[in-house]
Amino acid sequence: MNKGVFDMAATITIEPKLHKHPTAMEIKRETILQTEDLSIYYGDNQAVKHANLDIEKNAITALIGPSGCGKSTFLRSINRMNDLIPVSWNEGKIMYEGVDILSKNINTIALRKEIGMVFQKPNPFPKSVYNNIAHALRFYGIRKKKQLDEIVEESLRKAALWDEIKDRLHDSALSLSGGQQQRLCIARTLAMEPNVLLLDEPSSALDPISNAKIEELILQLKEDYSIVIVTHNMQQASRISDKTAFFLNGSVIEYGETEKIFTNPDQEKTEDYISGRFG
Amino acid sequence: MNSKVADRIATGVFIAIAFIIVAILAALFSFILFRGVPQISWEFLTTPSSSVRAGGGIRDQLFNSIYILFITMLITVPLGVCGGIYMAEYAKPGKVTNFIRSCIEMLASLPSIVVGMFGLLVFVNTTGWGYTIIGGALALTIFNIPVMVRVSEDAIRSVPAEMKEASLALGITHWHTIKTVLIPSAFPGILTGAILASGRVFGEAAALLFTAGLSTPRLDYLDLNPFSETSPLNIFRPAETLAVHIWAVNTNGIMPDIREIANGSSAVLVLAVLIFNLLARWLGSAVHKKMTAGK
Repeated sequence: MNKGVFDMAATITIEPKLHKHPTAMEIKRETILQTEDLSIYYGDNQAVKHANLDIEKNAITALIGPSGCGKSTFLRSINRMNDLIPVSWNEGKIMYEGVDILSKNINTIALRKEIGMVFQKPNPFPKSVYNNIAHALRFYGIRKKKQLDEIVEESLRKAALWDEIKDRLHDSALSLSGGQQQRLCIARTLAMEPNVLLLDEPSSALDPISNAKIEELILQLKEDYSIVIVTHNMQQASRISDKTAFFLNGSVIEYGETEKIFTNPDQEKTEDYISGRFG
Repeated sequence: MNSKVADRIATGVFIAIAFIIVAILAALFSFILFRGVPQISWEFLTTPSSSVRAGGGIRDQLFNSIYILFITMLITVPLGVCGGIYMAEYAKPGKVTNFIRSCIEMLASLPSIVVGMFGLLVFVNTTGWGYTIIGGALALTIFNIPVMVRVSEDAIRSVPAEMKEASLALGITHWHTIKTVLIPSAFPGILTGAILASGRVFGEAAALLFTAGLSTPRLDYLDLNPFSETSPLNIFRPAETLAVHIWAVNTNGIMPDIREIANGSSAVLVLAVLIFNLLARWLGSAVHKKMTAGK
């Protein structure tokens, strides 16, 4: 990756909340992921059409749009989870650290460790809380109990779950509440030390209080991770994200600073969707 | 006729059918048990059978049945589970997979006497082993593997897709995911299927007639060397199982107490299959509970 170019860009970073006219000044952050003319198909059906998005480092990027607009498909292509669907195929590129992660010879196992994903429905393994986190660590050769203990605690602390369940580490993960399960899923992803976190509607299956906790957590995680979140909840997108991409029928209609998208969008369709006229 | 009346008639018909099925089952069971249980005694279970005198037991036949079952499952379960893993996780939808699936289904519906004749040809004559336990177990394996593959495939497929996604999304390989997430979650289903298949194997006669044979050599239960001629553990000896014994006694037995032996043996067989079924349910749900809710 060409560090020089990104460093120059980083020096002119401006806090988004400070300036009133986002259109006047483009905010520059480092880019971590770039899609170039990305199209994703399921058989003959084109689910994502020629998407060009620059995902920024240490920022939260929200993908919004009505059901079936391709935002989840887009998200799942970033860590190659679409590979699990036999009829899916793609065109274009997703550049990450100078390599096209859609190319055939990419090691998807290593990629998914680096680009973690949390799903809509909390999906802890039917194992203990401890083993939910230790599962992948053991696969990567960490077997010493002391080291596992440390990583489990650290991950649960990062996911703001440690204080709630430190006495229940050896209980079944299924005995936790939905919100706790989802934070456990985040913790287990964080334990892999990813660079990018992909969140697919992480709080849509949860109650409002759990939802608030997850949002708070995502904001904290921004410090250390680059986050892409798919959400149906527009308040959520406007509350937590730095940039927002609006998808419609597979195309990216508008992509920009969240504040601008929600207050003064360029496209009429974006405005219609934001104001609840459809979707 | 209005729909309400039709609904009542349908309900009535289905209740009647259910009642008939239960009644047949209950009658069969009570008949077998009523006639057979009085014959069952410790002595009946522990004395060897006699081909001419009255008072013979079923010791060797009972042992043979259990031993052949054990050997069969030893071969069937690993093969069946691997086949199930292949069908559920690796087979790509298409013509080849459909062909394999049709073959498995065909194998499952093969009459057991045909399997027996095939066994005679291959495991008895071609190999030159003669009637052996291993020959019988291999014939039963042919008969049993489709069921095992099917059960394993279904059990693996019924694991929620989210579990698999969760593991893969953490950067874990497909095989490790199968090993540590899918198989443990599918285990109760596989176990239940294996035990139910055991019941079928335990009661099978036709496939064994020409493979494991109709006789048992004199056995010395203290001889545990599996290569010894008289050892019960020798897999290259002929072995008449309980189900085959019932058939043999009824068709060409010359002992005076044919009726009693047949009744007693039938009751033992039915009880064993019943125990297998209850065990399958109990173990399946116990393991499921332990793996999901417990520690």
